[in-house]
Parts: sequence; C-alpha cells; structure tokens
Amino acid sequence: MNGQILNVEQVKAAIEAAVPDCQLEILVNGSPSGQHSIVLDNAHALEIARFLRNDSSFSLDFCSNVTGVDWLDAEVSEKIKTKKIIDGVETEVEEIKKTVLPGRLEAIYHLFSMEKKHGPVILRLRTGNRIDQISVPSLTPVWRSAEFQEREIFDLYGIVFEGHPDLRRLLMWDEFKDHPMRKDYVAPAEDDDLLAPAGNPADQSKG
Amino acid sequence: MEQAETAQLKAELSKHGIFTTTLEDIYNWGRKNSVWPLTFGLACCAIEMIATTMARYDLARFGAEVFRASPRQADLIIVSGTVTKKMAPQVVRLYNQMPEPKYVIAMGACAISGGPFRDGYNVLRGIDRYIPVDVHIPGCPPRPEALIDAFMTLQKKISEQHLAGEKRPRHLDAELPSEFPVPAYGEHGLEPSENAEVWNPLKIIQ
Repeated sequence: MNGQILNVEQVKAAIEAAVPDCQLEILVNGSPSGQHSIVLDNAHALEIARFLRNDSSFSLDFCSNVTGVDWLDAEVSEKIKTKKIIDGVETEVEEIKKTVLPGRLEAIYHLFSMEKKHGPVILRLRTGNRIDQISVPSLTPVWRSAEFQEREIFDLYGIVFEGHPDLRRLLMWDEFKDHPMRKDYVAPAEDDDLLAPAGNPADQSKG
Repeated sequence: MEQAETAQLKAELSKHGIFTTTLEDIYNWGRKNSVWPLTFGLACCAIEMIATTMARYDLARFGAEVFRASPRQADLIIVSGTVTKKMAPQVVRLYNQMPEPKYVIAMGACAISGGPFRDGYNVLRGIDRYIPVDVHIPGCPPRPEALIDAFMTLQKKISEQHLAGEKRPRHLDAELPSEFPVPAYGEHGLEPSENAEVWNPLKIIQ
C-alpha cells in the first residue's frame, strides 16, 4: 500500500469490518482528482477515527487539514425516465422529480499517513441542520492538529465540536455572535457608506 | 508682523550676512527633523516600511531612524497594513498612549480604506474612522519612495504649524482632545463603527 492512493471502497469495507453498526456513505467526487470522501455517522465517528489512526495497514497519523462547508436548503430537480403505457403502447416518459435537500453544516478532514506514505483519506461529518442540531464529535482527541482548525470552524461556521478540549473563537473576538463564513451572513450595514445608493442603481439613472 | 513681511525681512538681512529666525521656525525645524516613529507593523506594508529604514532608502536622512518600541517615546505611528476589526482597538489605544505632538501616516490601500480586503468580515475600512490621519499613502504596498514622500509631506506640515493663533495645532490647543475613544468589541462589529469627530468622508452625490 506504500505510496499509493487509497481506494475509498476498500477503506469503507475495512471500517465496516472493524466498527460494526456504523453507517457510512461514499460521496463521489466527479472531478479529475477523484478524491472521493466518506461521510461518517456522528455516533461512531470517534471510534472510526481511532481505528484509522491505529490500524497498522492504514496508520493515518497526520490530519493535514480540517475545513467547513455550509450547505443551504437546496431544491434538486432530477429527470427520471419511466415507462408508461399510453394508449396501449409502452413509451418512455421523462418526469422531473423535485426534492428539497435540507441545509446542513459539514466538517471535512483530510488524513495522510507519514509512516505508510499514503493518503488522503477524506472524512466528512455532518450536522443535523443549520439551526439547532449543529454539533458533531470533535476529532481533536485523535489528531491534535485538528484543535485550532476545529476552533476556526466553530468560529466561522458555528459547528459545535463535542469533546473539544478548548472550544473558543479563534479569529473573531469572544463577544462576536455571528458566523461570517455562513452563506447567509450579512455584514453590518454601517460598513456601506460612500457608494451606497439606496435601491436599484438602474432606477437612479432614470431619475 | 505679517508672514510675507517677516520672510522678506529675513531674506534682506541674510544678504548682509545676518542670520535671523523666529522661535516658531527653530521649534518646528527641531521637531520636523526628529520625528521618531513607533515600531509597529501590521502586514506586508510593514516590510516596505522596514526597507525604507534600511541602507538603500535610509529614512535616517530625515531624522526618523529611531523606531521606538514604546508608544510613550514615539511621535509618529505608521499604520502599515490591514487593520482588522480585532486589531483596531489596540491601534487606537497605542495612539492614545503616545504623547503630543503626535502624527499618523496611513500607509497603503488597506490602512486608508480596507483595500483589497475591504469586503472582509473582519476588516476595518480605513484607520481614519477612529484616529486623525495626517498623511494617506495609496499603493499596495507603496514603494519606499512613497513612504519617504509621505514623510516629507509630514515634515512640511509640521514646519508650517504656528505656535499661536486660531490655526495652531492640536497639541497647543487645550480645548482639543489628545485621546480618542477606543471602540468596543460588539456582537456584530465594532461599536461605534466610526468616530464622527474624526471621520468626515467625502459623500458622493449622484
């Protein structure tokens, strides 16, 4: 396995064998890099992380990067081809199926092995929603290098990392209430001064 | 006596080998050639500021080579770089701790307006919202020549100050403040967002 990119299917199979009852999902990355990631269930995340670090065939001893993603509520429309019998003839009909994906926050971990010289293995942790179920387990007890990066995610995205030894804001001050990297963050209005014409600029040019 | 008459008299006397001056000129000449900046840098502009003090550009030629590590001993604060909202109260506090007469050079696009980071959630859109700036330098970052030009502009400004009268500088007017309110960390940003007494932007009327 030395120096190779790990096959995400094999990693998933190994985790499932080692940690029974865990719910894993592979998220395929369609870009040329092909860095597929594994979505973990929060209940088993810490156990899985310990396994990936300690298991001699993976030995993922280096967490190089932790980052956050904010997913707003999104409507996904899919085209589904179904076969229907119209006027006694079986024809293929395209139907558009719309589903609403609820918003959530994600923490993403990039893991490498210094010993085996392989990686990355990419893990994702998801919160229940963006409002009140915003906690995921902290992986700082497993990889110490995640400590400040989890604090940064807590600061900028508002994900609460359960089990983090020192979860305080990192970049903004303690009294600050917002999470600036969330997609619905709006900066204070007082910052728009000089060039702030109210309303639509197109209307002003007419007047 | 009027300024023009004084200058004319001085020029006339110097033709006869008599050197005359005024207390005001001597005082300002001494001050403008011994402006000690504060050792204070915020970002990449600070690198240019450091280069300005080194042998190639040699700010010592203008009497400003003594960068003081304490605001108590400094006359000039060069705000060189992006001022984050988290840093802004500290910048104002440092300025308040400097003794009068004191001057401010806002160096670079960030210090004068927020620059390329203006839309950042933690970026102050110009230090002139909280403290009175004497010279603004545009540039990203400005070259050492630009800082020297700003410094010479400041020297010119100092040499034109009058010891008495309506237009005397702030440090000779007991009515005017030498300390400015330090903004507090608020829940969504700094409070207040600017000091209206020093922040007088040009409004664009459409």
